[in-house]
Amino acid sequence: MAKRNKPETIRSRIWQEEAEADNPFAAKTCHCAGYDVYGDLLGNARWVEYLFLLLQRQAPLPWQANLLEDVALILANPGPRDLSVRAAMNGGVGQSTSASCLMAALAVGAGQNGGAHELALALQGWQQCGLDLNAWQSWFDSLNDNERADIWRVMEHFPGFDPHGVSCATPVLQALQQCCTHRPEGEGALSWLQKNRTSFEQVAHNPLSMLGVASAAFYDLGFNPQQGEMLYLLLRLPGAAVHALEQMPRGWVHYPFFADGLQVENDPGSFSE
Amino acid sequence: MVYRLKTTPVRSVNKQNDLLSAEKLWKTQMGGWFGAEQRVVYRGKDLFHELQDHSWLKLLIFGVTGRELSTEQVALLDAAWVICTSYPDPRLWNNRVAALAGTARSTASLAISASTAVSEATVYGHRAALLSMDFLQRTMQKKKIGINLEKIVEHELKSHKIISGYGRPIPIEDERIQPLLKKAKKLGLDKGVYLRLALDVENLLLKKHPRNFINAASLIASLFADQGFSTREYYHLSSLSFSAGISPCFIEASEKPEGHFFPIRCERIEYRGIKQRQWKNRKIQ
Repeated sequence: MAKRNKPETIRSRIWQEEAEADNPFAAKTCHCAGYDVYGDLLGNARWVEYLFLLLQRQAPLPWQANLLEDVALILANPGPRDLSVRAAMNGGVGQSTSASCLMAALAVGAGQNGGAHELALALQGWQQCGLDLNAWQSWFDSLNDNERADIWRVMEHFPGFDPHGVSCATPVLQALQQCCTHRPEGEGALSWLQKNRTSFEQVAHNPLSMLGVASAAFYDLGFNPQQGEMLYLLLRLPGAAVHALEQMPRGWVHYPFFADGLQVENDPGSFSE
Repeated sequence: MVYRLKTTPVRSVNKQNDLLSAEKLWKTQMGGWFGAEQRVVYRGKDLFHELQDHSWLKLLIFGVTGRELSTEQVALLDAAWVICTSYPDPRLWNNRVAALAGTARSTASLAISASTAVSEATVYGHRAALLSMDFLQRTMQKKKIGINLEKIVEHELKSHKIISGYGRPIPIEDERIQPLLKKAKKLGLDKGVYLRLALDVENLLLKKHPRNFINAASLIASLFADQGFSTREYYHLSSLSFSAGISPCFIEASEKPEGHFFPIRCERIEYRGIKQRQWKNRKIQ
């Protein structure tokens, strides 16, 4: 490989640092999208404003910050029955490392059944179909039309809707209602979703899920599918963390093992020598 | 405006029952632990009696495919991983995660887990491997119904711009090709139709661009397609293929002084964003 004269750099439109005079590896100032993080943002900006700034490189409008804060609260803890939180608790009961508990939650919560990849697909749907139900139907019909195989399997249900739901769950309705309070009625995807929920559910053949509410909120906030996917992973971690912590001292004895639940269909039986 | 919360049934009761019936029962053909009987069943076989002499790699293949491979076939996979996916170079992106974990004094399992997860990359690694195998399998099916190879390649390039498994950033042949082909020949496993197909595609692509050499992803995929591996089976097996290159990177970085793995000074962040501005006194619309 040819020697380079100019040092390789990390290019960024997010972050800028100025070094301390006595140490090139210690930052004296850190600017995020032009704002002094420790000299100006700290003490003046809310966490969700900073989060929005990191993603969009611009300060949120008040309604955007308030909506993002609501979504952060909505997603913070999916509860100990959620697949990603269960993964984290499996780390907890064996007293695995803290990072492994969160990595487990991320791996499981990345999926297409209530996870971040479903969220990304739902955001793609918002981008392509907007507020047109017929377009959503066509979009879903062609969602799995890919001649190539992929690491992601085909989508088995309509993104943003609960494949095992019977009716739209109360917390989902409460979340949607609260998320709609930040803008005048009739503006944005959330408001449209509120008004057209039952029609949309007929198209999806499933009731709206919390992920569906989050996807509409992220669309209104201007996040693209990749940003939404990352944010969804991030915002669901607090629940994974605390439920893993809760199980650590209790251990596996007080945690479901499904002792009678496994049925081996091809058991050869005890082996005789 | 206050919205009324309405719950409208949109599903049949039968769908709900899917979960009710699954709540307490997991039927499996993969196996289980029978602790009280001191035995383990692995894909219908007794682990301690019928599989105890398997190498770990042979067991892994059996776990993924349900098939018992010959010694030569296992040796081929072994060779593919030794030759093609075990570079202990900490600059490679997946390996670098392990080196960073080492210099940050994280743990070995966290390092190898994160590096392995990162190895599921599109421009190299597991996703590229899956796409290579998928291309060869689809191409073979198309050829079998009489479609001309040149037309298949044209269609693939038109649809996806590139063909995974071909091309390199530098204009030299992939150094892994000849050693692995030599090994395959030694094992008597170099005569398959997929290998022939992979090389025919290379010949067509080289006419378009001199950098379109076959790379290791396509070669390994073709050799394993010739041994009857499906795209999915090959993908599942590939997920651990970088392990032997990852661990050395972690070990060395964790044994050297902390933070010494390619530290980056402040000025090497090349900022190209919005100029400095004030938050506190900004205008709020």
